[in-house]
Amino acid sequence: MTTAAPTLRRQLSTPQAPPSLFPYNPGSLLSVQDLSLDGLNQLLTRATELETMDPVERDRILFKRRVALLFYEPSTRTRTSFELAAKALGADTTLVSNLSSSIDKGESLKDTGLTLRALGAEAIILRHNSSGAAWLLEEATRLPVLNAGDGMHEHPTQALLDLRTILARLRPGVTTVDEKTLEGVTVAIVGDIFHSRVARSDMLLLPRLGASVLLCGPRELLPDLAAKAGPGIEIDRDFANALRRSQAVIMLRIQSERLAGLQLDQDEYRESYQLTGPRLASFAPEAIVLHPGPIIRGLEITAGVADGFQSVILDQVRNGVAIRMAVVERALTTAQKGTRA
Amino acid sequence: MSDLVIRGGHLLDPAAGVDAPKDIFLKAGRVADIAAPGKLKGTNGAEVIDAAGLTVAPGLIDMHVHLREPGFAHKETIVTGTACAAAGGFTSVAAMPNTRPVNDSPDTVRWMQSPDRGAVVRVFPIAAATRGSKGEAINDYAALKSAGAIAVSDDGLPILKDGIMREALAAAARVGLCVIQHAEDTRMTVGGSMNQGPASFRLGLRGMPAEAEVSIVERDIRLVSELRDARVHLHVAHLSTAGALAAVRQARRNGLRVTCEVAPHHFLLTDEHVGFYNTNAKMCPPLRSAADRDAMIEGILDGVVDAIATDHAPHAQHEKEVEFQNAPNGILGLETALGLSLRWLHKEMKLPMGRIISLLSAQPAALLGMKGRGTLAVGSFADVVIFDPKAEWTYKVTETRSKSKNTPFNDWPMLGKVRWTISEGRIAFTGQA
Repeated sequence: MTTAAPTLRRQLSTPQAPPSLFPYNPGSLLSVQDLSLDGLNQLLTRATELETMDPVERDRILFKRRVALLFYEPSTRTRTSFELAAKALGADTTLVSNLSSSIDKGESLKDTGLTLRALGAEAIILRHNSSGAAWLLEEATRLPVLNAGDGMHEHPTQALLDLRTILARLRPGVTTVDEKTLEGVTVAIVGDIFHSRVARSDMLLLPRLGASVLLCGPRELLPDLAAKAGPGIEIDRDFANALRRSQAVIMLRIQSERLAGLQLDQDEYRESYQLTGPRLASFAPEAIVLHPGPIIRGLEITAGVADGFQSVILDQVRNGVAIRMAVVERALTTAQKGTRA
Repeated sequence: MSDLVIRGGHLLDPAAGVDAPKDIFLKAGRVADIAAPGKLKGTNGAEVIDAAGLTVAPGLIDMHVHLREPGFAHKETIVTGTACAAAGGFTSVAAMPNTRPVNDSPDTVRWMQSPDRGAVVRVFPIAAATRGSKGEAINDYAALKSAGAIAVSDDGLPILKDGIMREALAAAARVGLCVIQHAEDTRMTVGGSMNQGPASFRLGLRGMPAEAEVSIVERDIRLVSELRDARVHLHVAHLSTAGALAAVRQARRNGLRVTCEVAPHHFLLTDEHVGFYNTNAKMCPPLRSAADRDAMIEGILDGVVDAIATDHAPHAQHEKEVEFQNAPNGILGLETALGLSLRWLHKEMKLPMGRIISLLSAQPAALLGMKGRGTLAVGSFADVVIFDPKAEWTYKVTETRSKSKNTPFNDWPMLGKVRWTISEGRIAFTGQA
């Protein structure tokens, strides 16, 4: 038996991971990375068109088409805005939630998806507590699947509405985006990054338009390797510093349902990372403040800041409906073109 | 059983130092004679296998498989699992005890080896190291050994308590068995479903740090050195991290009897192969970083790695078609180990074929103290694999003999096609040219 340390380092040429087959359905939106810049522009343009369209005319776009909302986690904003968006286009929606369905009896996600398909669903909007659930559902059903949040992974429509909100405030009048649209803009994402699907979608989307993303939070909620998630991402754990450098600040809730036993000292957290009026006034008096909700007033953000003039939180909610109209329309009209083999 | 003559092949028997054209006579389940081509005598009436252009090697030995019987026959049975083994060129498999019931009794050990199970190659049960594999109280190793257990392990679970592990190592050493450790500090992997790294962060999955493996391997090595008994033998199952490999290398340099195995998926794949939640790339230990993967190859090339073992772990399709974090750990391995090893370690990395055969036969036989296996010296068991060393082919899981289909190697190119597998003189598998 040889025990000598390796002296010879050969060039390794073992195989690369194969290219992804996802999304199987061109109407799906699983990740912000599914969208090309062209695709992104089409969605942003269409969101504006649909928002301003005559409601009667809009109602005919997806008249009587069937959209299922499959929700394994509670949701206010996302569920309601997806539902309003689909209905505004004339689609019929049906809500299946884990609390009032056979999911409770142990039906698998695959079987639930196939059942919805057999019932005539033409697209499924999925909110699920497991990362990757949208990929599983899409592979099983081959329907257009809209990821409305999968575990700690992604929430692509939230990133799109965040983008729309940031553009409206920081780049007013811009109608098409490219790699340089947000050059010179720094967006801080603050708080529970590790458990946040919003953070992951935002940090993968915004740098593609030239923005710098600054992640800020304690080590338990923001591991160092987050900086390696993609290009244009940096970690700055000093909140004051992060605020000073940013034109937009996205505050995140501590996801108590995903802490998995992690103990956090809330007083210490407030001390270091709560966005307060004085902090905002001293370090980022010009910045806009975003929050994907739900807000826990008095923890990550004070009521004064949430309701203050720098807050664009309700703009985000409004933008959510516009973005989701465009995304739902894309789901049902792209698949129609029959790119499915 | 009829006698067999293997004629015209190239005998590659690293343990015996043979790498030459030879004819082989198998009689009554043993190797009866070996001679230069055309020189065998007294073989009248024997069936002849024409091995022209083929390599004849000792039947392969997989020291780490899950045959799922008793208890999980919907995933695999001893019949289907050993059929997979034969198709992959294996004539001996060591079966892990995480069955239902856990194989922690002489009765279960005997049940698994009973002819009624219908095994087509030899099954060597590995008995549980602790009662119910709960890590609390060690089993009666002498009784398990005399029933046929070849080693002890709580695979799937680690033996976490220092005192229990020390006791297991000492007790196993007294009866001449090795303790095979699944090295994972489960206190560090709670909720984890893949390697901890940039990929797990990106996918929003909780990670299993490399440190969880390294720390247990280091702890075990410390226990071995404290026992100061040359008979103590620690074997690290499915080693997957550079850190653990370094610890084994150092232990060996210090003269300790610490050995390890590496699975093909750990020397070929990285955590990037998880792709978008491919549950057929989920196993424990998980696919690691590229640096860890490279370290596995270096360990194989420089000899620290003692064996290639597959950790063949079938799961039914419906069990794998679930959310990634809920999917069970494990992938198939028996049918692809030789083809992958030859394709990548031999063809790409230029490791001599004899070294690969040794890692898949003589070396695991030596680790487990198997007498008369892992070599084709006269008098050994007639365990033989005959393969076409030049045949390139593509693995299709639709053609698997397993009950399950959970492999990340579907459609992968393979080198070396098994044409015959002979287990103790019986033809257990015949493959297409």
